[in-house]
Amino acid sequence: MPEAADAGLATLQEGRDEAAGLTSVAIDGPYTGPKPAAAARRRRHRGWYRLISPVAVVALWQLLSSAGLIPADKLPPPTTVWHTAVSLVTSNSPAYGTLQHAMLVSLERMAVGFTVGGSIAVLLALVAGLSRLGENAVDPLLQIVRMLPLFGLIPVFIVWFGIGELPKIILIALGAAIPLYLNTFAGIRGVDAKLAEVGRVQRLTRAETIRHIVLPGALPQALTGLRQSLGVAWLALVVAEQVNANAGLGFMISQATQFLRNDVILVALAVYAVLGLITDALVRLLERRALAWRRGILG
Amino acid sequence: MATRDSGLADIGTAAARVRGLTRAFDGRAVLDGVDLDIAPGEFVAMLGVSGTGKSTLLRALAGLDREVTGELTVPGTVAVAFQEPRLLPWRRVLANVRLGLRAQDPAAAARRALDEVGLADRAGAWPLTLSGGEAQRAALARALVREPSLLLLDEPFSALDALTRIAMHRLVLRLWERHRPAVLLVTHDVDEALILADRVLVLASGRIVFSGPVDLPRPRDRDNPGLTELRHRLLTELGVNTEGQ
Repeated sequence: MPEAADAGLATLQEGRDEAAGLTSVAIDGPYTGPKPAAAARRRRHRGWYRLISPVAVVALWQLLSSAGLIPADKLPPPTTVWHTAVSLVTSNSPAYGTLQHAMLVSLERMAVGFTVGGSIAVLLALVAGLSRLGENAVDPLLQIVRMLPLFGLIPVFIVWFGIGELPKIILIALGAAIPLYLNTFAGIRGVDAKLAEVGRVQRLTRAETIRHIVLPGALPQALTGLRQSLGVAWLALVVAEQVNANAGLGFMISQATQFLRNDVILVALAVYAVLGLITDALVRLLERRALAWRRGILG
Repeated sequence: MATRDSGLADIGTAAARVRGLTRAFDGRAVLDGVDLDIAPGEFVAMLGVSGTGKSTLLRALAGLDREVTGELTVPGTVAVAFQEPRLLPWRRVLANVRLGLRAQDPAAAARRALDEVGLADRAGAWPLTLSGGEAQRAALARALVREPSLLLLDEPFSALDALTRIAMHRLVLRLWERHRPAVLLVTHDVDEALILADRVLVLASGRIVFSGPVDLPRPRDRDNPGLTELRHRLLTELGVNTEGQ
């Protein structure tokens, strides 16, 4: 999972740079057609270049394994991992079940936990961000929860909620909620005071001010929080599943550990990483659409 | 300058009426009993060196400062254009212009206003794609679309390059002649004040220390000899030594 998170951060950074570059182009003069198209072309090309080094590493791994320099019981070669993946998808083994079933179980936990945690976080951030009373009521509590070590709560959760789905969902929800809350709250409070004055000069109602100035102004940071939340939530999923589960990718990993099947572990880890990358890409897509004004590109 | 006993009758006719306006920051009085009347349709320019409270007075008139004491009457609609355009970057230009507009057909009114400032073709653009002059014109359209009886301009041209500024001066005069709002222009540019205004004020030490008309037909050229004496006077009031020029 950390690999996936790192890759996500790198692409986030890259996306920012591109956005900044295009914005400055746009500021220099009125929008002219070809520039964004050229940039998009460059971006596609760079996408391909970026595949070279990972592919090279996998090729090297395969070569070293074939040459016998890497012991297969420690790190099986990519071909073995691939064959294991295929057989996990095509056959229902008594020890692991199928890969797609495990993936669905994990995805469902993630979806439920993230939705619950994310909704609560946005709601609390609005309450705290939009009024002093709300801030005084909500923020201290969340600052305390923030400081609690997330995974240190697992034993307590087991005592409180047993070893079923509930403690896992709560752990994921809690992991997702904190970064989203913090960023959305900070985003709301960080809205440019000068723009807030425009709202007063234009005699906007409170609802209009929130709709036209506060929420759009908070959105960039809220989306950053969303990406952080996803990272933490995936991590929480992995940890929660390994503590106690009878289905899911984490369960697959703990079974494989007992049978010393490193190839199965690698397959499960790869699926985690791919899922993480997919959700990150979805948020990036959302960012591109919602923050189109930053790049100055229509549509 | 009207005096205090000019009476309540003035309120009905003035676009803005200020009496004894005082504002202190940390015990230091930035405005110290300002009296000011702006007649409907009058173009007033206010000069002053930095920190004399020009912007404070303008913000009070705009209703952005609730800590002022004294008497402040602005009977009609107020609109403001700030030094920076302050467009909402996440709303397209048209949506920015119609922000908070309560008209029968806000979109149509906003389009007309954009047309007046020559930005009709940029209605669908994101503000970050506008040049500095375009953004400031959009901000003017946003102010004018409200058909204000008092238009407050807080150094709106100071960040523009010289050529754009000249074009903006002409645009503002044209719009003012068409809509006739009372205008209070805050500026530190003496020539700008002389070219645009009916009357020029100088604010110093929290008070209006000078108020004089500019009785020349527009458009005015800054080299107009009729302005020389007034420019000299204003510069002296502003503490700039013009001897030896």
